[in-house]
Amino acid sequence: MKRVKRVRFFRIQNSGMNPKGFHPSQIKFYILLLPLVILMLLPIVFIISHAFKPPDELFAYPPRFFVTNPTFKNYSDLFTKMASSGVPVSRYLFNSILITLVTVGASILVSSTAAYSLSKKRFKLKEVLFAVNTVALMFVPIAVTIPRFLIIDKLQLMDTFLVHILPGLAMPVGLFLLKQFIDVIPNEVIEAAQIDGASDVQVYRRIILPMIKPAIATIAILTFQATWNNADISAMYINSESLKTFAFYLSTLTSTSAGANVVAGQGIAAAASLIMFLPNLIIFMLLQSQVMSTMSHSGLKG
Amino acid sequence: MTANATVEPKSRFGKWIEREGSAYAFLSTYALMFIIFIIVPVLLAFVLSFTAFDTIQFPTFNGLKNYIVLLTQDDIFMRYVLPNTIQFAVIVGPGGYVLSFMLAWILAQLPKVPRTILALILYSPSMTSGVAMAVVWLTIFSGDQNGYLNSLMLGNGVIQEPIQWLQSPQYLMTIMIVVTMWSSMGVGFLAMLAGILEINPELYEAGSLDGISNRFQEIMNITIPSMKPQMMFGAVMAIVATFQAGAIGVTLSGSNPTPQYAGQLIVNHIEDFGFLRYEMGYAAAVSVVLLLMVLLFSRVANKLFGSND
Repeated sequence: MKRVKRVRFFRIQNSGMNPKGFHPSQIKFYILLLPLVILMLLPIVFIISHAFKPPDELFAYPPRFFVTNPTFKNYSDLFTKMASSGVPVSRYLFNSILITLVTVGASILVSSTAAYSLSKKRFKLKEVLFAVNTVALMFVPIAVTIPRFLIIDKLQLMDTFLVHILPGLAMPVGLFLLKQFIDVIPNEVIEAAQIDGASDVQVYRRIILPMIKPAIATIAILTFQATWNNADISAMYINSESLKTFAFYLSTLTSTSAGANVVAGQGIAAAASLIMFLPNLIIFMLLQSQVMSTMSHSGLKG
Repeated sequence: MTANATVEPKSRFGKWIEREGSAYAFLSTYALMFIIFIIVPVLLAFVLSFTAFDTIQFPTFNGLKNYIVLLTQDDIFMRYVLPNTIQFAVIVGPGGYVLSFMLAWILAQLPKVPRTILALILYSPSMTSGVAMAVVWLTIFSGDQNGYLNSLMLGNGVIQEPIQWLQSPQYLMTIMIVVTMWSSMGVGFLAMLAGILEINPELYEAGSLDGISNRFQEIMNITIPSMKPQMMFGAVMAIVATFQAGAIGVTLSGSNPTPQYAGQLIVNHIEDFGFLRYEMGYAAAVSVVLLLMVLLFSRVANKLFGSND
């Protein structure tokens, strides 16, 4: 590769890639992006606006996009109403929160220990195992719904709390991103600690974990989204209503097979949708800079 | 680590434990979950695809019969499911991918603050699940005059009668594609954005000295070659997301099979045979075909972006 150090001097800092400030050449990009951004934003603005509409606005003709007299009525309806099954809605919400917290915590622990091993330990199968995990990035869970169903049945995980958590722990993308991130930590740091007498667990806790916080934030977000939004596990593997999740409850509100419910429950469904969506957004906003620094190590060699 | 090996001679197993034991210990929980929920299901799908299995009786081996039936007698698969899946995958996969790259490329040329805000807006649809957004889509595409799209088009005189968007075979597929494209700026998009920002600016300077005169040449000769690994990661994520999104037709139309099989994708076909007709062996054969399709798409991506080093 050609080394052209001297030209850097001529570089205009405010145009081209990763500019430091505004430059007139950027205007065309804003103009290009604007309609698209509005289009992407509309459904999300709609979900927020819709959730606060009183009944007469929900069914107004012609329908109106924005709410004019916002109300919390949909929320009070949501939480005072028993689901048709007799389980209070707060129970579904509690289940979702608990399941999501446990899964995110467990996933961080399980993936980061495995990533540490695959990145820094020396053992024979290391390359092979990482290659297997890389192939598994292409894994489409929905394709093996049936064999998974049979396995979960055989393991007697049907209708248990664990079935919400365990399948989410095998997340090839998570392991992949963590491993790439740990690769960047110099081996000398670990060797120095080992000379000072640090055990493997201490190396993992005192050195690896603090240095991979951005990657951990990323895994937390990916696991959060996969778990919090999951309605399929409740639908397929859970029979008792009191073990089902909020996402599942929402899916029963919107399924058209329920017929008349769609009209009666619109306000409740809108309020529930916003409850589903907001945590995703908030967590991503808090952690977005960590995610971006993880993503710069995401490269996949073919 | 080897300093205390002098205490007494150990068995080969003991030496192996000392040398590699902790590596496997750290790996064990993940490996167990990986085997139970990924490896075994894939193998089981493969094995079951050669059997007849109704979930009650023990599966009986019937060779390639499932595959032969799938290719020669399953009229619905050949006439609707396969063409639908290919149409959906070819538009949403590469379409969403190219869109992700172009948007990432544009965003990379904006200063940090607006870039972050716009990236957040573009990424946010991918955080929503089909479940959370079902309310929105069902309201917008509602079939009566109260539906937002109907109301808008009636008001402007574009149509005279409200259209049953989600129940009409001629519109369902288009709506599925639009909805999926809307949420396709996901992890792959963030990876590509990070990849573009990582490229050494000196490469662009060198390129302009070497006679690169326009932005298109710059993308093809500098940007993409410099971030092939991220391009590959983005491609794999796009492929997986595309096939994983297969349930959208059933979510929107509210029924499996979808109206006149218009939105029937391979994922729905699996569910139809597996959980509605309990022909698990046959459904497993369809699953294997789906996994092979994903693999095939990934091979194509690898041909395009595989790095040689």
